[in-house]
Amino acid sequence: MSSPPVAVVSFAQSPQVRREDHRNEVEMLMPVIEEVFSNIKVTKDDMGFVCSGSSDYLVGAPFSFVSALDAVGVWPPMRESHVEMDGAWALYEAWTMLLSGDVETALVYSFGRSSPGELAKILALQLDPYYLAPLWPDPPALAALQARALIDAGKADEEEFATVAARSRRDARANPFAQVSSDRTTAELMAEPYVVSPLRRHALPPITDGVAAIVLAAGDRATELCERPAWISGMDHRIETHALGARDLTVSESTGLAARGAGVDRDATVDVAELHAPFAHQELILREALALGPEVSVNPSGGALAANAVMVAGLIRIGEAAKRVMDGSARRALGHATSGPCLQQNLVCALSAERPSGGR
Amino acid sequence: MSGQAPEPVAVLETPIHVDYSFTAGLAQSRFLKGLAEGRFLGQRCPRCKKVYVPPRGSCPTDGVPTTDEVELGNTGTVTTYCVVNVPFQGQAIEIPYICAQILLDGANLAFMGLIQEVPADQVRMGMRVEAVWVAPDELGPTMSSVKYFRPNGEPDADYETFAEYL
Repeated sequence: MSSPPVAVVSFAQSPQVRREDHRNEVEMLMPVIEEVFSNIKVTKDDMGFVCSGSSDYLVGAPFSFVSALDAVGVWPPMRESHVEMDGAWALYEAWTMLLSGDVETALVYSFGRSSPGELAKILALQLDPYYLAPLWPDPPALAALQARALIDAGKADEEEFATVAARSRRDARANPFAQVSSDRTTAELMAEPYVVSPLRRHALPPITDGVAAIVLAAGDRATELCERPAWISGMDHRIETHALGARDLTVSESTGLAARGAGVDRDATVDVAELHAPFAHQELILREALALGPEVSVNPSGGALAANAVMVAGLIRIGEAAKRVMDGSARRALGHATSGPCLQQNLVCALSAERPSGGR
Repeated sequence: MSGQAPEPVAVLETPIHVDYSFTAGLAQSRFLKGLAEGRFLGQRCPRCKKVYVPPRGSCPTDGVPTTDEVELGNTGTVTTYCVVNVPFQGQAIEIPYICAQILLDGANLAFMGLIQEVPADQVRMGMRVEAVWVAPDELGPTMSSVKYFRPNGEPDADYETFAEYL
């Protein structure tokens, strides 16, 4: 039995902000879930499955993903699941659920507020608990080691990092949900002092509070709901070792493998790629891993340098890529999500305007 | 290689301390500020009309914002309860005492409260109670603003009126 093809049919996100002072997660999610449904004139009762991605560590609230369900209203009881990961992985789970043919629609959402806690300390807790976590290395420090390795290998220089940041922040000006945008030149950015050498402030992602939601639909249901569904032609994710010292930080083997698993390679290139590269130099590593040529539009939304809500930014990459297929500006697009320090784990979602014959 | 294996490390201490600031949210902030004024503020679902107190800003059944604010009175019904007989460190009240689920009149969600001014063995399901607040100058945005609930002398509520809220 062949699996039905699955598509992104709706996408919504909140404004991505430095600090959401007044609303809790449920209050942030409700308008976004309302919008992702009203875009395609459905309600929660039309959803066969609900899957979310978030981390309780961010706000220090145990089982916050359970209370977040109040934003959906799960009565009568629904099929529901959660991953303690970026919403991109929740989308992966929902995709497999739809491929099974059991259900034909799914709501995927994620929420992430980094402002209530100490993000640098919290992210250090994901490191190996014996040798690394007790040293509390924060993400900018680890990313700086990676950037230094890239420079030492002769693969990039600091000016290229600044060029990525200048382009991303410039593109972000057209993104109404972006947190950080500017019109500064590479030369201007190069004049900034180092935060952690060789990374200057512009090469670091902002700290962001935000939420996002996507609706997936299978087969004919997708075309009923959406004029131009963004069909998922393939999706895969791979993880590398926990031991940073055992990895070549200048390449992203897991991204390359995930891309091949998703059917993205030199013969099937894309028009748009939304890459989850929280640090500027990581875009260069991902471009190489995905073999993206200069003709590919990379991060027209501004990417994670414009807004990086932890647990949400990866799902937004898939949503932004899908948006460009749904609005007709791209035939093929790619959404990428990362997790862990220095691009440890990577997911690639290939999207197409053409309906595939099967699920994958 | 020396023949002697080192003593195995069995314990490794890596202290973790993380501070958080808490965002109650719009609805719960209204509720907490109400407590500071000696009032119970709930919110009504525009769809199913249920009144939630404390409110969370959404109807967990319908998934829609609960925008209508409702002020509730001081009286309610014990829907169910337990008798605390076990002493524990930091216990502030003399045992035995009663922890009860209290459904305020007009509310569709019960919350937990203490029952005092009545012997523990006389508390029962359906007992009518009223809130006893701390002194006005001690009121604050916290559940501690309610000292406890006590019987208000009304006849017990019929089981059917609270059967849904056990």
